[in-house]
Amino acid sequence: MQFIMWSSHSPESEAGTPPSPELMADMAEFMNEVAQAGILVTAGGCPPSSQVVRITSEGGKITHTDGPFTETKELIGGFAIVDVKSMEEAVEWSTRFFKVGGGDGYGYVSPLFTGAGD
Amino acid sequence: MTEEDQTRTRIEAVWRIESTRLIATLSRMVRDIGLAEELAQDALVLALEKWPHTGVPDNPGAWLTTAAKNRAIDRFRRDERLADRTAQLARRLGTVTVDEFAEANEDIGDDLLRLIFTACHPVLATPAKVALTLRVVGGLTTGEIARAFMVPESTVAQRIVRAKRTLAKAEVPFEIPQAEEIPARLSSVLEVLYLIFNEGYSATAGDDLLRPELCHDAIRMARILVQVAPGYAEAHGLSALLELQGSRFSARVTSTGEPVLLADQDRTKWDRLLIRRGLTALAKAESLSDDPGVYTLQAAIAACHARAVTVADTDWRGIAAIYDRLVAVSPSPVVELNRAVAVSRAYGPQVGLDIVDALAQTELMSSYHLLPAVRGDLLARLDRAEEARDAFLLAAGLTDNQVEQRLLRARADAVSG
Repeated sequence: MQFIMWSSHSPESEAGTPPSPELMADMAEFMNEVAQAGILVTAGGCPPSSQVVRITSEGGKITHTDGPFTETKELIGGFAIVDVKSMEEAVEWSTRFFKVGGGDGYGYVSPLFTGAGD
Repeated sequence: MTEEDQTRTRIEAVWRIESTRLIATLSRMVRDIGLAEELAQDALVLALEKWPHTGVPDNPGAWLTTAAKNRAIDRFRRDERLADRTAQLARRLGTVTVDEFAEANEDIGDDLLRLIFTACHPVLATPAKVALTLRVVGGLTTGEIARAFMVPESTVAQRIVRAKRTLAKAEVPFEIPQAEEIPARLSSVLEVLYLIFNEGYSATAGDDLLRPELCHDAIRMARILVQVAPGYAEAHGLSALLELQGSRFSARVTSTGEPVLLADQDRTKWDRLLIRRGLTALAKAESLSDDPGVYTLQAAIAACHARAVTVADTDWRGIAAIYDRLVAVSPSPVVELNRAVAVSRAYGPQVGLDIVDALAQTELMSSYHLLPAVRGDLLARLDRAEEARDAFLLAAGLTDNQVEQRLLRARADAVSG
């Protein structure tokens, strides 16, 4: 089953501060572990919200708002799609991701509809 | 769910994540994947006893490894025979001794690769390789393997026990093979993964979701293989083939479980992420070797279909050319029949029929229902209705599958109508 997990921007990443070399190395090692488990379908990251556009649809009217935005916990900082056997397993991987990252933040783990007998 | 149930569910998830690495690490230490697998089980039992009370430790993988190592040391102290054998092996292989356990911390990737090669070792019979690989590399329980293959659990358990015994008796070293052995050993690994995939793929949507789940297990293990052995072109080829085949899962059967032919599939249901992974893996395979092997060629064919947005966009000439190479690398009547289909799409039904008629001289005609089925299709396209009808009826008589029988009889009626 495919699951998507994403995490919000941390204050640092939203400010565009690059991660420390140590964190970069830890994260690379962690992503290697994920890849070596054969469960990674895809992963990616997003820049600070100054480069993001919000689209709002209200009462049939659609508006675009340029970033930056203050509500960082609504913003996707990074995401991964994994193929695992259970929600618990996906949550376990997400937990490990947050442990490696070390900072404060929010994340979500959600099953994906893939059409294959979901 | 009570807190204890929650912990138990979490332990299961942790186990899924950790068991393969744990068995790989332990195998390097004790030089015996059978013993390693038992020690890993012991560690799991201990976790199931302790964690519901203590909570799941901060680094569950390290906890399990330590617990298993301690069990190993206990067993060596109690069982001199075991210690003897391991010491002998260690001396012969010039590897670590039991006392050096704690320091041993090599690259886990190499351990995983050794584990894969050992589980697929040629001394084992195919069913044993399949069961052992799913168990130690795939991390499935014997119950899960039994359900997936629709055999009793005791059968699977026995296969695994015997496989471990065979490996121990043959003193198969826990090693990556020498360079000259690699092609044969790798082909054994790829064959096992391909078999596992096909076991799940050929089962149409049954009541038991564990069978399609086998396809995912094979895809996952192929991904592990290319991570730990990035230099093997055919491993990337197999990974590409499985990702591309896997991308079509949602389109392969109707909601009532009837199979849908490739040409009739709703291509918007194909998983674009898996297609992208497949095409990337194929490019990697092709960049590593100018002499593509059988899996890379099959992946290249699957890629031609994946790139076609509609059936009409299919590059049949490209596919026919790849089949020409596939027939040269791995000649077989089934490949030849598929080549006939591709050639007929690229160059017209008569050219395809010439190939099929040559095949029809073999005994395959009277045993393999797809041959007269394809022949019927080509004859119909040439407006030879009577012969087409006979071919479809012959094909219908050769298959036990009710759905296919119905389809073939319907085609026979349609051409003679």
